[in-house]
Amino acid sequence: MTTSTAEVWSRSEAGSTPSTVDAAVVTRGLTKRFRGGQLAVNGIDLVVPWGGVYGFLGPNGSGKTTTIRMLVGLIAATRGEVELLGRPMPRHAGAVLPRVGALIEGPAFHPYLSGWANLARLDAADRIAEPATSAARIDAALDRVGLLAAKRKKYRAYSLGMRQRLAIAAALLQPRDLLILDEPTNGLDPQGTREVRSLIEGLAADGTTVLLSSHLLSEVEQVCTHVGVMHVGRLVSQGSLAELQAMAVPTIRVETSQPELAAATCARLGLSDVERHGSGVTAALGSAEPEAVCAALVRAGVPVRGFAVASADLEDVFVQLTGEGFDVSG
Amino acid sequence: MSVAEAPAGSTVGSAAGSGPVDRPGPAVRVLPTARPGRRVSSRLLRSELGMVFRRRRNQMALVVLAGVPVLIGVAVRLAAPGAGEGPAFLSDITENGVFLAFASLVVVLPLFLPLAISVVAGDAVSGEAQLGTLRYLLTVPVGRARLLAVKYAALVAFCLAATVLVAAVGAVLGAILFPTGAATLLSGTQISMVAVLGRLGLVALYVAACMAAVGAIGLFVSTLTETPVAAMATTATLAVVSQVLDSVPQLHAIHSYLFSHYWLQFGDLLRDPVSTEGVVQGLLVSAVYVAIFGSLAWARFTSKDVSS
Repeated sequence: MTTSTAEVWSRSEAGSTPSTVDAAVVTRGLTKRFRGGQLAVNGIDLVVPWGGVYGFLGPNGSGKTTTIRMLVGLIAATRGEVELLGRPMPRHAGAVLPRVGALIEGPAFHPYLSGWANLARLDAADRIAEPATSAARIDAALDRVGLLAAKRKKYRAYSLGMRQRLAIAAALLQPRDLLILDEPTNGLDPQGTREVRSLIEGLAADGTTVLLSSHLLSEVEQVCTHVGVMHVGRLVSQGSLAELQAMAVPTIRVETSQPELAAATCARLGLSDVERHGSGVTAALGSAEPEAVCAALVRAGVPVRGFAVASADLEDVFVQLTGEGFDVSG
Repeated sequence: MSVAEAPAGSTVGSAAGSGPVDRPGPAVRVLPTARPGRRVSSRLLRSELGMVFRRRRNQMALVVLAGVPVLIGVAVRLAAPGAGEGPAFLSDITENGVFLAFASLVVVLPLFLPLAISVVAGDAVSGEAQLGTLRYLLTVPVGRARLLAVKYAALVAFCLAATVLVAAVGAVLGAILFPTGAATLLSGTQISMVAVLGRLGLVALYVAACMAAVGAIGLFVSTLTETPVAAMATTATLAVVSQVLDSVPQLHAIHSYLFSHYWLQFGDLLRDPVSTEGVVQGLLVSAVYVAIFGSLAWARFTSKDVSS
């Protein structure tokens, strides 16, 4: 990171139109309607701040991959705009994409070539890659994902986890300013998942912006600074992790021999989502103080056997935003 | 109260508005390393040539093609001299071995050669699409027009390799099995061995140019599908259909527009003086097909959604 490169970069930026939002990834009303008429992505305004790790969450089929394909110019948007690293896409793909490492919808390589040869092909395709240092670059990328020992093995002999690692290695062939990782831990064992997480943390610490898509909140929760939640083609929520956490509503649980009375009292106190479970009653705490609720229950003559406050659970927020069940969204 | 009841699309707050992340912000958006600009490099083309020529299936196609002159040469050698009729140049082989090369080209032209080209061409784009490697190439990034150009260049190299291989194996084997020396041309004149090899080179180039048209058609078909086998079969079928139409006298009006019509015109190169009319026509038709189907492939591929 020398001053001269910074100057070079800011000069080259001078020609591009200034955007209202300065972020690594910005979309405005991004929409994709497939030829069949299906609305896969519906007017989303994505904002991935510079240097952030953005967890792009949503159930399978919610439009995450379609969005990512539009970001990198693989498919054309029906409506809306994409700005990657401050420049409109796909118009400036040639200038932007060399600075973007992408893993899109799982690994895809030539089965009869070795892992090394597959990366060599991608490296050869890169016009700004220095040919003389190609071998060192490929070895370094493979080493980073722990695949160096298997570099001469044919890709078809790779396990799913190894394939996933190879795809991540491909994204790391060059130093990147933005990494777009679509379900990067798919098929990895817990050890591999941890490795990928620390890899992302290391890259983010170096200033790389990361867009990390996943259908599992637990997977991104620990590394993300920001979260966006997709549901049926819409971005239903977006903000910093703290903001999402603030949406999580704590609940109370009352153990009592008179659940009807407890439930009625909770309802009288204005608590929502009051439900009876055998000898217990649960309710969303809302803005009420748990101490006050407990005292009110006792005053109302509820024989309180137990009183607990269940803290905010991000997973619940996620499920609330995207709905429950096994149905893929549509 | 439930969050799910909030209107869809409502956001917790703009991510950008939530304050700068405690990491390098816009002001220090620098590239980790200085990068040289784009360069003109043959690396992708070399990689593509490697993909085409190292692929076992394509190597087998070349082996089969090289087997044709072997088969003909051995058959003619073993048969009684002057036995019956056959494809053009077949009866000349026993007088001059170099004619084994010409006879072999006549034999591979209708089916084997277009079939081999169809396999490589049909696979060009659809094969990468089916594997999903296309999306990774495009995000490297490789410009779509550039990728198409490189694919086609490798395809033309394969056309050339296939025809030169048949011609070379025919000439070498012909020299081993049969007499060599000055050859009598179709026009009756005699030219030296060196001159006849020169003619053979021209013929191979001409046939390769004809096959380049098949390659362009195959490349276009390959941009239409994600199933390589479908693209290969379609291209091979088109080559056969062109020849079938060419054999129906009632369709004489369209014959000169068919891409296979001038394929066997290479015999003109074996006259003295060389009669160029048919060959030039053949090259022209081939060039027109390359231009049309190259443009179609470009139009289709550069606007296509890559969702594989």
